[in-house]
Amino acid sequence: MSVLVYTESWDGKFRKSTFEAVSYASETAKLLGTDLVAVSLGEISNDELNKLGNYGASKVISASNIIKGDGQAATSVIAEQANDAKVIVFSNTYTAKMIAPRLSAKLKIGAISNVIEVATSTTPLIVKRKAFSSKAIEIVKVNSEKAIISIAPNSFGLIKTEGTLTIENSDTSEKGGITIKGQETASGKISISEAEIVVSGGRGLKGPENWGMIEELADLLVAATACSKPVSDIGWRPHSEHVGQTGKAVAADLYIAIGISGAIQHLAGVNSSKVMVAINTDPEAPFFKAADYGIVGDAFEVVPKLIEEIKKIR
Amino acid sequence: MNIVVCISSVPDTTAKINFTDNGSNFDANGVQFVINPYDEFGLTKAMMLKEVTGGKVTVITVGDATVEAVMRKSLAIGADAAVRINMNATDSYSTANEIANYLSNNPADIIITGRESIDYNGGAVGGILAEMMSLPFINACNGLELSGNTAKLTREIDGGKENITAELPFVIGGQKGLVLESELRIPNMRGIMQARSKPLEIIEPSSKEGLTSSVSFEKPVEKEACKLVDADNVAELVNLLQNEAKVI
Ligand SMILES: Cc1cc2nc3c(=O)[nH]c(=O)nc-3n(C[C@H](O)[C@H](O)[C@H](O)COP(=O)(O)OP(=O)(O)OC[C@H]3O[C@@H](n4cnc5c(N)ncnc54)[C@H](O)[C@@H]3O)c2cc1C
Repeated sequence: MSVLVYTESWDGKFRKSTFEAVSYASETAKLLGTDLVAVSLGEISNDELNKLGNYGASKVISASNIIKGDGQAATSVIAEQANDAKVIVFSNTYTAKMIAPRLSAKLKIGAISNVIEVATSTTPLIVKRKAFSSKAIEIVKVNSEKAIISIAPNSFGLIKTEGTLTIENSDTSEKGGITIKGQETASGKISISEAEIVVSGGRGLKGPENWGMIEELADLLVAATACSKPVSDIGWRPHSEHVGQTGKAVAADLYIAIGISGAIQHLAGVNSSKVMVAINTDPEAPFFKAADYGIVGDAFEVVPKLIEEIKKIR
Repeated sequence: MNIVVCISSVPDTTAKINFTDNGSNFDANGVQFVINPYDEFGLTKAMMLKEVTGGKVTVITVGDATVEAVMRKSLAIGADAAVRINMNATDSYSTANEIANYLSNNPADIIITGRESIDYNGGAVGGILAEMMSLPFINACNGLELSGNTAKLTREIDGGKENITAELPFVIGGQKGLVLESELRIPNMRGIMQARSKPLEIIEPSSKEGLTSSVSFEKPVEKEACKLVDADNVAELVNLLQNEAKVI
């Protein structure tokens, strides 16, 4: 028996969400009294792989010929390693959302996404997950003997341990029914789902030309930038920044909402954040009912002051 | 061209989410149900594709009779036929299994699901379905162009997008970008009238086997009241974030 964790990398580098999945999987392995094995897909250095040992993995299988975006190939490689696994852990990233369901069908194992806590029982496996766009928490039971768990980013945190890691290379090559032609990514951008701090702007900012201060504040705080749905629909900001019930989910340590009214659909996607700040001219704005801290005031006066104050402490 | 769009009937986005019987069941009392927003982008895309290539758009839903309102709406928007599999879906696997069964007898060129449903947020039906049918699955798909049997697709990835080509048939998990918000179609009177005479077939489920089951629901803990800081005292906000909340 073992616990298996898929350790996703981007251009040969792991991210916080990867280490979070390993930490979670390691706690699960402890519960089951077994070892944690990781699977990595794509080119990656041994130095990078070794970092997995710091979070509890005892072995990693590195299949460098597999492209993670090819869900069919990725699934069959992970399935090959899953014979012995009682629990298979993913971080709920875009790629995991393609692989974990496939794996569930291929191996006929119950899969649960958006998980926020380590299992409260292991036979049967019972976990808590976010549902109804974070308006509720669902307790779910897995009916199969084995389980696939995808954890919601930023819900569990990192747990460092000491240990030795063995690296095993696999030269499997497989290909599914798609061809990946390339990627277009904005470099240096912090991903919204993983960010510790998110600075978000709404229609109250009046126009795209006013986002300079939002970006400056975000840069200072090493934060991701986000926006409300209408802001992306009018084209002030890219769709990839749309957060809320029908956009990206945010679970940051700090979410700063500037000129956002706090509609139920907006709050649904962001209220898993630990601390929320609202800056709004309207004292009646619904966001103040959800926020931890607030300033009733004009964003064009408050945000520049906030930037000045943060510069003093950074 | 045969396009099948999997539609989920979900509580309206403004609905209050409550549970009955000590948290064991969702309280549908007074809740308005709508087409899952992600599926609506997919349905609109299906209509647009059909207008170019010809063919048929079928919507399929796994659910009891209460989902028919949403199915009729899909027909009013322009789908040609609807299929309801008469079962209360209990998990993604059993839902996908029923749809896969239907598709094995009624093959489709493009199968569209939403990236996730806004009620259970499982995000798994499309992927499970694709694996059951040994088809490619392009999730968080925000672009699809067809020429002949080859499609150019884009999918959202962390921090950008990925460009993909695939041959028909395949499954996508759709979202905004597939079509724009402004391209979404609102049913008109004629569509609503026509929808009444379009076929809505009801099929009994083949097996109800699920791999997971819901035990109960909880509401998230209520937040404490918001601490308001004066607009002239922004330094105090920074102080609170640094020393009280300890988040910066
Ligand atoms: C099916 C459906 C799904 C939806 N999904 C989402 C979603 O996922 N995400 C989402 O965000 N929305 C979503 N919405 C839209 C949502 O209902 C709201 O319309 C939207 O969130 C409002 O955006 P906003 O707060 O930027 O704009 P507004 O509601 O226009 O609010 C602007 C705010 O800015 C304040 N303001 C104005 N000037 C200033 C100033 N100078 N300084 C400071 N504050 C100022 C105003 O007081 C106001 O509160 C959805 C709606 C529907 C119907």
